[in-house]
Order: sequence, then C-alpha cells, then structure tokens
Amino acid sequence: MMRAGVAIVIVLAALLPAPWLLHSDFWLNFAIMALYYGFLGQAWNILGGFGGQFSFGHAAFFGTGAYTSAVLQLRLGVDPWLCLVFAGILGGAVGALVGALSFRYGLRGSYFALVTLAFAEVFRILADSVEFTGAGVGLQVPLRQSAANFQFPDKAGFYFVILGLTALGLAIAWWLENSRLGARLVAVRENEDAARALGVNVFRTKVIAITLSGALMGLGGTFYVQYFLYIDPTIAYGPAVSVSALLVPIVGGLGTVFGPLLGAFALQWVNQFAQLAMGNAIGLNLVLYGVILVLMIMYMPNGLFGLARVSARRLVRRPA
Amino acid sequence: MMLDVQDVSLSFGGLQAVADVTFSIGEGEIVALIGPNGAGKTTLFSLISGFLHPDAGRIRFDGRDITDREPHEIAALGLVRTFQITQPFAHLTVAENIAVGAHLRLRSRSDALRQAAMVAERVGLAGRLDQPAESLTVAGRKRLELARALATGPRLLLLDEVMAGLNPREIDEIVPIIRAIRDGGVTVLLTEHVMRAVMQLSDRALVLNDGRLIAEGAPRAIAEDPRVIEAYLGAGAARRIREEPAHA
Repeated sequence: MMRAGVAIVIVLAALLPAPWLLHSDFWLNFAIMALYYGFLGQAWNILGGFGGQFSFGHAAFFGTGAYTSAVLQLRLGVDPWLCLVFAGILGGAVGALVGALSFRYGLRGSYFALVTLAFAEVFRILADSVEFTGAGVGLQVPLRQSAANFQFPDKAGFYFVILGLTALGLAIAWWLENSRLGARLVAVRENEDAARALGVNVFRTKVIAITLSGALMGLGGTFYVQYFLYIDPTIAYGPAVSVSALLVPIVGGLGTVFGPLLGAFALQWVNQFAQLAMGNAIGLNLVLYGVILVLMIMYMPNGLFGLARVSARRLVRRPA
Repeated sequence: MMLDVQDVSLSFGGLQAVADVTFSIGEGEIVALIGPNGAGKTTLFSLISGFLHPDAGRIRFDGRDITDREPHEIAALGLVRTFQITQPFAHLTVAENIAVGAHLRLRSRSDALRQAAMVAERVGLAGRLDQPAESLTVAGRKRLELARALATGPRLLLLDEVMAGLNPREIDEIVPIIRAIRDGGVTVLLTEHVMRAVMQLSDRALVLNDGRLIAEGAPRAIAEDPRVIEAYLGAGAARRIREEPAHA
C-alpha cells in the first residue's frame, strides 16, 4: 500500500531530470507526448479502469477544457494559468452532467459507451457551428512566449508542467487505491448489486468518478492548447482523443496506478518504431501500429503492468 | 418490532409473486422463511431490502417506513441482505471484499481492512484473506457473502439460502456461526431449503406458497401443519423431519 506511494516518488524523481539528459528536442517532445497521453489515459483510467465504466467519448471533457482555455484567453483575455483551473472545473462539470444523465437511467456497458460517444459528437457539431469557438476554422492562440503566459520558450517548461500533471494523476490513482471512495468504485466495477446491498450509493460513486475523470481531461485539453496553440472541433471533440485515452490504460493495465504511464510510453515507442520501420510508405506505419496493438491486447489481457507483476512474482519465487 | 411487513404485494405482469404478505420479526429472533421453489422467498427478500418496491403494502424497519427506500439507504439503516446466487467481487481478495462492507461504518481504509480480518475470523475465512474471491469454493463464497454483510454492522440480516450447495459437514460448521451472530445481537431472517438447519436454528418459521403466507409458528409445529405438508413438504418428508433429530 505504502509501497505504491514510494514507487510514485521514485518514478517522478527519475523522470525529473529528463530535460537535462535529453539534449534533442525530438526526444524531449517524445517524452512530453508520452507523459501527455499517459495523463489522458490516467484520467480515463479513473472511470474506466477503477470504475469499470467504459467511455468512448472522453473527448467531450478534453475538448471542453481545450475550448475553455482558448476562448477565455482570446475573447476575455483571461490569464492562461487561470484558464487551466477553469478548464478543469468545466471539464468536471461536463463529466458530472454526462454522468448524471446516463447513470440516472442506469446505462451500463456498451450503452454507456455509445452515449458518451454521442455526447462528444454533439459537442463537436456544436463547436463546428457556433461563432465563439471559431466554428470550423478553429481558434489560434497568438504566440507570446513566456512562462507567465503558459508558453515556454523551450520544451523543458512544458515537460515540467506535464510532469506536474502526471504527478497529480498518479496521486489521485494512489488515493483511490487507499480510500473508501476507491474501494467503493472498484466494488461497483466488480458487481453493482452486491455493492448496493452493502450500502454503496452506486449512482453517487459513479458520478464522482466521472466528474474527477472529466476534470483531469479538461486539464489535458488546456495543456494541448498551450503546447500547440491551436484547436479545432475535430481535434477537440473528435474520436481520436477518446480512443487514445482508453487505449493507453488498456495496454498499460486497467485500474492500476502505473498502467497508463507504462502504456503511454509503450505506445509512443510502438508508434515511433512503426514510423521508422515503414518509413516512406504512407499509412503502412498505422497498419503496423494496429497489428502490434492487436497482438499486445491479445497476449497481455492484464496489460503491461499485469505482465510485469506476474514476471516479478516468478522472479521472486525462483530462488525458493 | 424490528421488522414489520404489512399487506405487501408485488406482481410481475400477470404473475402475482407476493400477495398480501404480513408478518413481523422481533429483536434477537432467528426466523426462517421456507417454501417450495418459486414461492416468492427471494422476491420478498428483494422487497424488504429495497431492490424491488411493492405494488401495495408498507414495510417498516425499526419503526421507520422503508418501503420506497433504495438498497444502500436501507443498508445504512442496518438492514443488510445476502444473495442466494453468491455475488463476490471476483477480482478482489477476500479481505478487500469484506472491507467494502466494513466501509459502510468506517471511513479509513486501514480500519476497514482490520475490521475485515476480524469478521473473517468469525466466519472461518481467516486463512484466506489474501486469496482472490474467485478462487473460493462454493462453501467459501457462501461464507464470504455472510462476512461482507456482517462487516456492515447490521441489526437485521437477511440470509438467502446461505446453506444451499453445502455438504452436511459444511452445514454443521455454518449453523453455529449463524447462532453466534444472533447471540452477538443481530436479528436474522433466513430462507433455507435445508430442513435440518431450519429445525436447528430458527425460533420461528414462516411458510410461503405461491406468494402467500400459509403458516407461521414454531418449526416443529410447522412441520406437522397439514397445509404446509400439502403445499411443500409432502407426507414422507414430514415423517423424515420428525425422525431426523434422533440421529442428527
């Protein structure tokens, strides 16, 4: 129990000096993107991994966070760091709304997944149609590089921000593993009726989880906007973000503290490898990426983290 | 009265599952609810524990009307059920399973796990705390159902066939456990097919047939009630029960 807490500190300490060790922008960007996807995956993991509620529409929360940041900065001149806070709040609010509506009516499994997908699509179409989101053209955040403006002149600044968010995500996952709410959330995942019989308010537990999950996705949206300085409806609310967010913990290990982080780095490597291997043939890298993904999910049903745990157990047993 | 069930009825479409059932249970009793398969025992349990809501009638627990309450609210008041078909949190350990129940009264994770270990001791699962629930035998799972419910600190326990599927030796082990639970201040309402256990355990028996309560009384008297024999036991079974204590 405490061991996981110590492991979190060690992992973060090991990741901290990366900007001084990686001298190329290419590799620093690689690390930033891995941590970024790991963070989105952790957000999804709270609801999907711990709570067993598979969402196909986490873009709804991500996009809301991204647009919150972009719109508030551009239209109202709000400080970008303050936008991060608002993005979290609004992402959480959309999470609470989607959760309250779908869990109130007892949607589970594929029905819940489809409804979340539908919500994300509705948001995408709305963002495409209304004026203040820049409609189909999207929104561009003007380049004004300074730390105070949440636009760092070098990538190291972004790296430390996403590492901070990673720390937040790990801390929340660790807290879930050691708290009553987490125990109840896992109980809901395993068997709803049994949980209800033991006094667990299933509806409330799920809504808290999706709110938390949505808030973190909202923060991820802000990070995206500040890093790329551009957002449009497809990036914000399209299925790509939703799929990345769920793929990462599934590959890494559902409902585990380190699964999303592990999964994100693994997928980032696979992606890079596929691009190198298929070099000039456009699209083939995605085919290879897909094949590797299928194999990973087939042969590691408990994800990388589950695989690591089993091998560690074998190693420990061998001397005996 | 600890539990008051008054004129409770429920039908599923054209099927009258529970019809005008009225009974009450006093504090400290062990009451058995018996009846043939399909008599409505589990439905009645679901009504009392809030998983189903009756078409008519009221249910009171400790003087409070709980007819329209949800299961988690009823559990918080101290009325907790188990399931006939065991519902373990399959991928969690025995300790984690029981701790979910313990969390009803305890916020802290370590307190809940400590409570879980204590409860496991009471139901004979102490050696299996770190084992995944899915690896338990039928008898182990029945004990786990009992342990989780017990960990919530209930005042009234509804046990739905905790002995079904157990062999005679396992039944002999669980009977004293249930008696000890009652002696610890918990009132028990149980459904059971294992007649020997009903005879050994219960102070009083209620007989349900086709959704109606057809008899109520001391288990021995019930066994001789011609209505009950006709509905449920059959003459041969009644004779067997009379003879059984001699070599039990």
